[in-house]
Amino acid sequence: MSGVRGPGGLPEQSRGARGVRGARGAGLALHDVTVRHHGPYGPVTAVDGVSLEIARGRTVGLVGESGSGKSTLARAIVGLDRPCAGRIAIDGREYPVRRAADRRRWGRRVQLVFQDPDTALDPRMTVRQSLAEAAGAFARLDRRAREQRVGELLELVGLDAGCAGRLPGQLSGGQRQRVAVARALAVDPAVLVADEVTSALDVSVRAALLGMLRELQRRMGFAMLFISHDLAAVRQVSDAVAVMYLGRIVETASNEALPGGARHPYTRTLLSAVPSLHTGRRPGGEALPLSGEAPDPASPPAGCRFHPRCPVGPSRRPGREVCAVQDPWDETARVACHFPYPAGDGPEHA
Amino acid sequence: MGVTALAMLASLAVLAVVGPVLWGPAADRPDPSAVLQGPTGGHPLGTDHLGRDLLARLLASTWSSLLPAVTATLLGAAAGVTLGALTAVVGGRTRRLLGAFINLLLAFPALLVAMFFAVLFGAGARGAVFALAVACAPGFARLTQTLAAGVAGTDFMAAARVLGLRRHRLLRRHVLPHVAEPLLLNTTVAVGSALVALSGLSFLGLGAQPPSYDWGLLLSQGLDRVYTEPLPAVAPGIAIVYAGVAFQLLGEVLAKAATRQHPPARQTGEPAASPAPTGRRPAGADLLLEVADLRVALPAGDRTIRPVRGVSLALRRGEMVGLVGESGSGKSLTALALADLLPDGARATWSAHRFLGADVGSLTRRERHRQLATGMAMIFQNPASAFNPALRIETQLTEAVRAHHGIPREQAVEQARVQLQRVALPGERRLLRSRPFQLSGGQRQRVAIAAASMMRPDLVIADEPTTALDVTVQRQIMDLLRRVRRDDATAILFISHDIALVADACDRVLVMYGGTIVESLPARALADGARHPYTRMLVASVRGLTADRESSPPGLGGAPPDPGGTAPGCPFLDRCPQRLDRCAAEIPVLSALDPHHEVACWRPLPPTASSGRPETEECDT
Repeated sequence: MSGVRGPGGLPEQSRGARGVRGARGAGLALHDVTVRHHGPYGPVTAVDGVSLEIARGRTVGLVGESGSGKSTLARAIVGLDRPCAGRIAIDGREYPVRRAADRRRWGRRVQLVFQDPDTALDPRMTVRQSLAEAAGAFARLDRRAREQRVGELLELVGLDAGCAGRLPGQLSGGQRQRVAVARALAVDPAVLVADEVTSALDVSVRAALLGMLRELQRRMGFAMLFISHDLAAVRQVSDAVAVMYLGRIVETASNEALPGGARHPYTRTLLSAVPSLHTGRRPGGEALPLSGEAPDPASPPAGCRFHPRCPVGPSRRPGREVCAVQDPWDETARVACHFPYPAGDGPEHA
Repeated sequence: MGVTALAMLASLAVLAVVGPVLWGPAADRPDPSAVLQGPTGGHPLGTDHLGRDLLARLLASTWSSLLPAVTATLLGAAAGVTLGALTAVVGGRTRRLLGAFINLLLAFPALLVAMFFAVLFGAGARGAVFALAVACAPGFARLTQTLAAGVAGTDFMAAARVLGLRRHRLLRRHVLPHVAEPLLLNTTVAVGSALVALSGLSFLGLGAQPPSYDWGLLLSQGLDRVYTEPLPAVAPGIAIVYAGVAFQLLGEVLAKAATRQHPPARQTGEPAASPAPTGRRPAGADLLLEVADLRVALPAGDRTIRPVRGVSLALRRGEMVGLVGESGSGKSLTALALADLLPDGARATWSAHRFLGADVGSLTRRERHRQLATGMAMIFQNPASAFNPALRIETQLTEAVRAHHGIPREQAVEQARVQLQRVALPGERRLLRSRPFQLSGGQRQRVAIAAASMMRPDLVIADEPTTALDVTVQRQIMDLLRRVRRDDATAILFISHDIALVADACDRVLVMYGGTIVESLPARALADGARHPYTRMLVASVRGLTADRESSPPGLGGAPPDPGGTAPGCPFLDRCPQRLDRCAAEIPVLSALDPHHEVACWRPLPPTASSGRPETEECDT
């Protein structure tokens, strides 16, 4: 939709006018993506049949506990891990990521911002070098054009030009993360994957970074997958929220529907665990106990993967044995639960 | 050592250059009248079978001995480094193949390989150099592979790969600069070994061939008559050892210089103290811990930073107090100072420090450690590194009670079992026998809490205990801490950057900024009753779950104060929206607004209008 690119592969965007482009395009489409790792005791299915669509200009937040496969999915989307099944398409086009040349084409369409700004930037390269490298990755730029592009990128993420000569070690965490965002956006990608970008930052810096991401998205029109375990942050930037548990998406909901409209018991558990400034009042409702430990992803439970820990599952409620046997996923209801909470109802129900 | 190494190398370099010029003619001049002579005045080392002066030959062959060694090492290093670094940028299968290849090469002893190839390439100096290069390449390859693997796993390499950078660029820009340092050191050391190996080859007749000669050949020739004339054999040996040691020393010097990039800073005196808050709190009998005007100075580079600048706090028995602040505000160092766990070089001073009724300053080191070990426990942010990975959980849980209370092992294990059950972990044998890495992060943190309560301490300091954990696990940990406090009347100092979490869990909250406590208030007043501009901003930046997505979050402009700064004013000055002239000149002291609320601000914000009305969710936007 926004494939208007100038000669020499330089995005039209970087030539000045930055209008909203292709605000509602095809964006990112995942279909039944499965990623397996080689674990010490055989293969581990880290991501199991995930389907997800993010239109241009929209953001989907992906939440889940550590080990749920969020980061693996992110790496698969940008081509760092190869899915063993399923399709990943950007703007309606699929790119097989088999060879290094494929990756180069892929990297032009999708970029990743990492969790830890301390390690995401090469500590021996100045901000200018890092950004120039990214800007020159897909376009031949002469020295002057490159310098100009670095200036544009710094301005884009709200850093002053004086930062260009600094090393990452001389910047604060928030500044480093801004540089990392600028580097990802240097190629003007169609899809941006933000993997826990705020979790290493202080609250005061966090809010500003989230605001910046939303503003950049509005200006540049990329689709964004925002991965975080911080539900408040996810709610702040996302149009829709997907909840992942043990490699599967168990619920997708529009941002407006949350927190009250969460239907999956796991989503409710997550929401109720978020601390609130107002003691004794939790926006997600009363705390739902989560029993037991997270199961080993190498041997997930049969049936519903959440059933052994489910607060309203077969171990707490008699007559719900179906949970332990049958795998739930209702495409129309967008919730993987045999006994979901009714939509738009309070947590005390069920 | 540096001077010695440089002097030795310089002497070698000078000899290498001037040797052939000065002594070359003498070294090649045969003298049939003086064949195979021992040391004499004219020939200090004697002569060889053609009557040539051995000292001249030794000095003249410095160049021809050193150059091949350096060349062979450089060639080998270039080949090995390329091979090893490639493993970091190629795909999985090729990487495994390359790794296997390097392992295969390493399986053969280097000297054997060198001899094999020297024969293959034909005897002679050139063949020996190539043979030696082949022999030392695998060592370099392995070292580079190991070093590069560390770089290959980093996020910045992943980012570069996502950017689609070509391999040679990845190699040149990202991999090689990070592995260069140790490789350089290794190369220097390898020159020394190559010299010895080359001499060995020459000695075996596989290196330099007459009429050319090097130290190895001289050694070999001298050895024929070592029992009658030791000096012709010993002198080349000394030369080889001398050069070898010179290169090794250079390696050592470089290694030392590399590790000394962050030199220990010189101690500077404590800068002029800002007006210290006077002891306002009377020493109450129920006060468990009391510290006034705690300061920590820490050497950093060539200056001293002062991350904690006059913290005063008091904890009552069974109280849960939160200490919030951004990273760099000094909260963790405050905790470490209280637990006497400050890093080397850091110094803590205070005007008063009482723990369990005893003045900490007047205790001996031994008494202090005993008091801290029995009365205080710490829980750290990273449960992965807080335990010794090599020891079983059982040992780590029981060692403190066994050491300090002298409880027999069986009884201690029984206690550990009870404590583990309390943190909702089955206190089974299996868990007790397991090692930390076999547990999940949440389990480890629960074990840490169990370990902390083994001693039934009066105070638990929990430093960001849930930051590395998921929300659901965080919830469990917080519930556990609350239970420990309720059951044992343990006071808890809970350190976190998460103000919502602190408000949720604690009775009282201390807000820290720039090394000072700027506000102390009841936790329930935090949402609406904060009076310090910083606290207010911190509260405003917390986005509740129900926050309106379209409302733009207030950011905090500017940067936190420099911990090395010596400006006299308020630490929040630069970011404060309503500063006064006084704020720049004088640091505000913590003063009471009401019995439960203290604020360090010359111009505290007025109470918000909303503080009186019932709490609603909208307040946190």
